[in-house]
Amino acid sequence: MRLKGLVRKEFLQIVRDPSSIAIAFLMPIFLLLLFGYGVSLDSEHIPLALVVEQPNADTSEFMAAFHQSRYFDPSVYSNTKDAEQAMMAGKVHAIVVLRQDFAKQLRLPDGAPVQLIVNGVDANTARIISGYVQGAWGKWLEHYALQRGQELNLTVQMEQRVWFNNELRSRNFLVPGLVAVIMTLIGALLTAMVMSREWERGTMEALLVTPLSMREVILGKLIPYFILGMGGLVLAVSMALFLFEVPLRGSLWVLFAGSALFLVTALGMGLLISTVARSQFVAGQLALITTFLPAFLLSGFIFDIGSMPGVVQAITHVIAARYYVAILQTVFLAGNVWSVILPNALGLVILASVFFGLTWRNSRKRLE
Amino acid sequence: MFGRILALVKKEFLTLLKDKRSRIVLIGPPLIQMLIFGYAATFDLKHVPFAVYNEDSGYASRELMAAFDGSPSFSRVAQITHEGEIAPLIDSKQVLMVVHAGPRFSADLQGGRPAELQVIVDGRNSNTAMLVINDVREIVNRYNLAWAASHDGKLPPSHIETRAWFNPNLESRWFFLPGIVGIITLLVTMLVTALSVAREREQGTFDQLLVTPLRPVEILIGKTLPGFIIGLAEASVIILAAVFWFKVPLQGSLFTLYTGIALFLLSGVGVGLMISSVAVTQQQGLLGAFIFMVPAIILSGFATPIRNMPLLVQGITLLDPMRYFLIVLRGVFLEGMPFHLLIPQFWPMALIGVSAFSIAGWLFRHRMY
Repeated sequence: MRLKGLVRKEFLQIVRDPSSIAIAFLMPIFLLLLFGYGVSLDSEHIPLALVVEQPNADTSEFMAAFHQSRYFDPSVYSNTKDAEQAMMAGKVHAIVVLRQDFAKQLRLPDGAPVQLIVNGVDANTARIISGYVQGAWGKWLEHYALQRGQELNLTVQMEQRVWFNNELRSRNFLVPGLVAVIMTLIGALLTAMVMSREWERGTMEALLVTPLSMREVILGKLIPYFILGMGGLVLAVSMALFLFEVPLRGSLWVLFAGSALFLVTALGMGLLISTVARSQFVAGQLALITTFLPAFLLSGFIFDIGSMPGVVQAITHVIAARYYVAILQTVFLAGNVWSVILPNALGLVILASVFFGLTWRNSRKRLE
Repeated sequence: MFGRILALVKKEFLTLLKDKRSRIVLIGPPLIQMLIFGYAATFDLKHVPFAVYNEDSGYASRELMAAFDGSPSFSRVAQITHEGEIAPLIDSKQVLMVVHAGPRFSADLQGGRPAELQVIVDGRNSNTAMLVINDVREIVNRYNLAWAASHDGKLPPSHIETRAWFNPNLESRWFFLPGIVGIITLLVTMLVTALSVAREREQGTFDQLLVTPLRPVEILIGKTLPGFIIGLAEASVIILAAVFWFKVPLQGSLFTLYTGIALFLLSGVGVGLMISSVAVTQQQGLLGAFIFMVPAIILSGFATPIRNMPLLVQGITLLDPMRYFLIVLRGVFLEGMPFHLLIPQFWPMALIGVSAFSIAGWLFRHRMY
């Protein structure tokens, strides 16, 4: 009964300052639209310089393989210098050089060298380009051997099979990851200010003299924002499913149960920030520092956690988004794999209890 | 006039640094984050767990599997004997990849027929999957060349010689660290500015500031300088860490680098103050800071190339000061770009900064409650 009164008061506060509603509903729409369409790791039409020092039948056969590839947008140069200048100016990302004696060397036992120069600043793109160049080169070799009736010396052939995301569509893993980042923001933003606001304005003392227990105060803060956050979540998940067409191979209830658990954890983190900071200014600063960047960089959303050094891997265990990203990517793309979902859910439960435990302890003895 | 501004700057520094919590928040976390993120942000795979499913008993397949064991990218955690074991291992994320050689692998290879090596990869993170496939392809190619050389096999009539400019070992950390310098610098400017005007408004002290002899321009300068100075100091420390701790080469001139930093701080502080003066409450200020910071980082080209974005979104990135700053940072750090080549990045940052300041100054006067 008492709790109901507090929840009602909190709801009134939400309705009167539209920023909470904006956080819960407008932010997911805005961010998902922007990132769902904007962020992609699928490189196509890479600008590439083809340097052909002496054009002839062999070189044009070679070039055809690049012109046909959807990965490249080749432009032809007649000398290396011009191509290097183009790369310096950022107009091309890689240079493929066929030397003057390409045709002659092709018929010698050592074979003709094809020189590939990549811009290594973006090492990841450089590797991808190098892989694509090898692919186009391999196609050309096959074609070359076939035309001459030669048998290409076939050795080990790699056959790749990518489970859960066969076309390697990066949106399928980025969108669930973005949902996790956005829910982190929503959770922390909604509650980061609410306790410190009461302290700053002195209304917390007023609350403390009411018959409400601290547990009820925390619950009263949690319930309205949980409802608001779940609204945002439903919105984000529907956009992922219907707008971005990410397949959902697990069941919807697992997705929502996991998300509810994560939302409670994220709200708990916000409440803790808010309680520790005491002033809204510091709470805001803490929220800026502890939410977005860790969820973006340490959650396994973009960077593989297994490839980080041991100490950093250990640190990722206190990042709630880490567990949620694992749950989301599995439920969306792989299905209800309990051996992944349960340990990660447990991680969230532990983190949530720590956050609420600390909040409760810090609030109780606070009055000075 | 200078006395008045100086007094305001002093007051701003006091409010930022007087409170112990605020002082700790402003200095500790950004530097710690630089260290953690510096180690976390890499696309170079290490010890990716994989399982071997080898139905072949010949020498050739064992040799190929040994090549995987020898690679720093992979570490073998399981050996399986029938197909049914693959799915549970991958589903539960115990392994990221299974390498499978069929029963006729060695025989095929010896007989000059194509020997098939099947690679099954967990695609839940498609970027990691792609990196795994690239590394596998490299191992297989190397193995093929060695095989051809030692078994009088004919080499293909051509081969590729690869060279990488600016980053010969293709270390992805060199690419991400300058980006992290940019991100942390942006974070610091937001910490200092995004809530500063909003707090004064909420507490009512901004009205008092407006009735002092200070002109809006002077308030603007007074509010800008602390963010600028703190940002400059922290950026310098972070750059020192990047160069001396992480050993990222700094090829270009410090003058060019600091021109970029100054202009970026100008635009960052400007946008921060603009957000802060639109906001009526600190909660709104915080929301504004996120609405700016999150897209600014994700669309800056930090992790995913701008070139891959649709044209409309590429157009939006033109408004993002981080986009220009990242080009400056990477250009100066890795490529040693001279000043004049970076002018196309400098002026948009200056323009964004000046526009943001004008809007903030106008809002000081016209947004009153």
